[in-house]
Amino acid sequence: MSKNVLTIRNLSVNYQTDQGTLQAMRNVNIDVPKGSIVGVVGESGCGKSTLISTIIRLLATNADIPNGEVDFEGRDILTLSEDEMRKLRGDRLSIVFQDPMSSLNPVLTIGKQMTDIQYRDKKTMAQKRQRSINMLESVGIPDPASRLNQYPHEFSGGMRQRIAIAMALQAEPSLLIADEPTTALDATLEVQIIHLLKQLQSTIGCSVLFISHHLGVIAELCDYVVVIYAGEVVEEGTVSDVFKRPQHPYTEKLLECDPANIAQKTRELPTIPGNVPDLVSLPSGCIFKDRCHTKIDRCDNERPQRIDAADKHYVSCHLRSPQ
Amino acid sequence: MSVLEVNDLRVRFRVQSPLQALVRGNADPFIDAVRQVSFSIEEGKTFTLVGESGSGKSTLALAVARLLPSAEGSIKFNGSEVTSMSDSELMDYRKQISMMWQNPVGSLSPRMKVGSLITEPYKIHGLNDRDRKAEGRRLLEMVGLPAHFSQRYPHQLSGGQARRVGVARALALSPKLIIADEPTAGLDVSVQGEILNLLNKVQDDLGVSMFVITHNLNVVRHISDHTAIMYLGRFLEIGPTDTLFAEPKHPYTSALLAANPEPDPDALREQLELKGEVPSLLNRPSGCEFHTRCPFVQSQCKDALPELAGEESHHYRCYFPIAE
Repeated sequence: MSKNVLTIRNLSVNYQTDQGTLQAMRNVNIDVPKGSIVGVVGESGCGKSTLISTIIRLLATNADIPNGEVDFEGRDILTLSEDEMRKLRGDRLSIVFQDPMSSLNPVLTIGKQMTDIQYRDKKTMAQKRQRSINMLESVGIPDPASRLNQYPHEFSGGMRQRIAIAMALQAEPSLLIADEPTTALDATLEVQIIHLLKQLQSTIGCSVLFISHHLGVIAELCDYVVVIYAGEVVEEGTVSDVFKRPQHPYTEKLLECDPANIAQKTRELPTIPGNVPDLVSLPSGCIFKDRCHTKIDRCDNERPQRIDAADKHYVSCHLRSPQ
Repeated sequence: MSVLEVNDLRVRFRVQSPLQALVRGNADPFIDAVRQVSFSIEEGKTFTLVGESGSGKSTLALAVARLLPSAEGSIKFNGSEVTSMSDSELMDYRKQISMMWQNPVGSLSPRMKVGSLITEPYKIHGLNDRDRKAEGRRLLEMVGLPAHFSQRYPHQLSGGQARRVGVARALALSPKLIIADEPTAGLDVSVQGEILNLLNKVQDDLGVSMFVITHNLNVVRHISDHTAIMYLGRFLEIGPTDTLFAEPKHPYTSALLAANPEPDPDALREQLELKGEVPSLLNRPSGCEFHTRCPFVQSQCKDALPELAGEESHHYRCYFPIAE
């Protein structure tokens, strides 16, 4: 247990909507071992954002959590008081959001924002400022001392994301959540940011929960990967296991669909036919059955259990389970 | 036969008012968003434009559709000059080209149903002799959406469905050229394939030419015949897609190819990582504009802009092209 920074067990999240109860996440298990980078991959609407909001306890007001626990450094986040949670956020637990423009305050200088978030430390302003300068330097921003006096709009997109990362890591958290931090960036910048994250992670020694829908980025950066489909974890394991020997048909298809995996030039790219099921009226049995190319009778009625396909490689599929 | 021929195109934007420029002593208060751009699109072929944000891709597309004025150069569509067209001629020109916008939902009016949205081009161009309902059904079928979708509003569509509606609307007037700005941006990989297959199918069936803008190189390989790499408003390399991928000559092209993380954890990538970011258009670097980020920069690069060199259809703007 103590080897994990974050352990999510049997977590479900529902949203109350006009159409009825939307079961956004169902019985999710995720482990983030100390000092490792765990990638969460899934398509839009699969519950990636719900997962993050649950961990940082910022769920919408119409959400409720019927069951499950989120164990962070030995404490169940879901049972903490609002005060205790506040102490955790930005200190032990921090986050880098997708859009660096909207996560920085446009009317305050970078320096003001970076010293403000050190409100917990009993240090002089000069010391706090020095720390911000050091942090900016470590994320590769040239001439950090003078740039502290600039506003977010004076930085380019890549720079802003570097600043957001610097701010998130300033308190040396034990867990950094990165919510698609490279989606808004160009390809050449994306590579820079990934390398920066990896390098900072190894110096600080924190764990990272990296959310993305970009398979290439996950393969490049992460140690473990969790594949989510329509609110359920369908497969998890080390990156090389999952990418080399995918066990779940969804993972298989997802990898097949990525144009980067198709070496031969083709006019007919593979797709996954069908749509994500309606999470208000859940189908019985396997969640992926309607789009699965290897569906068997058992998939219709029986929900597949999480099984051990290989060492630390879990999959939820009837095809892999012994009868 | 080329459908579209662009020669030496230049698009400028004013960044200071005449008075400001006078006060600050700025003789040239403009930025060049597109500069010295030449290319042609053959009938039934796809031309792709690749570049980072701010490189002038969308500006070029808008200039080709004549939604932005150009400062210099010529745009020839089926032999007739677009830059000197009158308003009524432009109306006719725009009947033959159509745009697919970058934001699929944002480009659909939220108050109109899909059926009206995809048949609106008939109304705009005064084609009242057609049964719009029947046309709507035909277009929806063409892009693989069920007929009852004509009763839906844009907010009831998923990202992929909204793209399909965008394609249907672009096809309404049977254009000769479709300009697609980032047709797969914001789509999941499984849906992205569907849209690209649809575009390919439309092209095979109707023989329409396409001008596709993207920054996803993985996509380019499967849809395009010719590709140009744009940087700070200029083409750094242009040529047949296969050649460009197999033997990139410009360091920027090869860096872009290397910057594409492969979904293979053991992949040994060619490490050609670019430093820094795209310079500002307000402050163009001297000489070769890529020299500030180029890993192979030499003193010659900082002095004069290299001319487009190369043989046959493959051209590049570099003094020290990558040797095979």
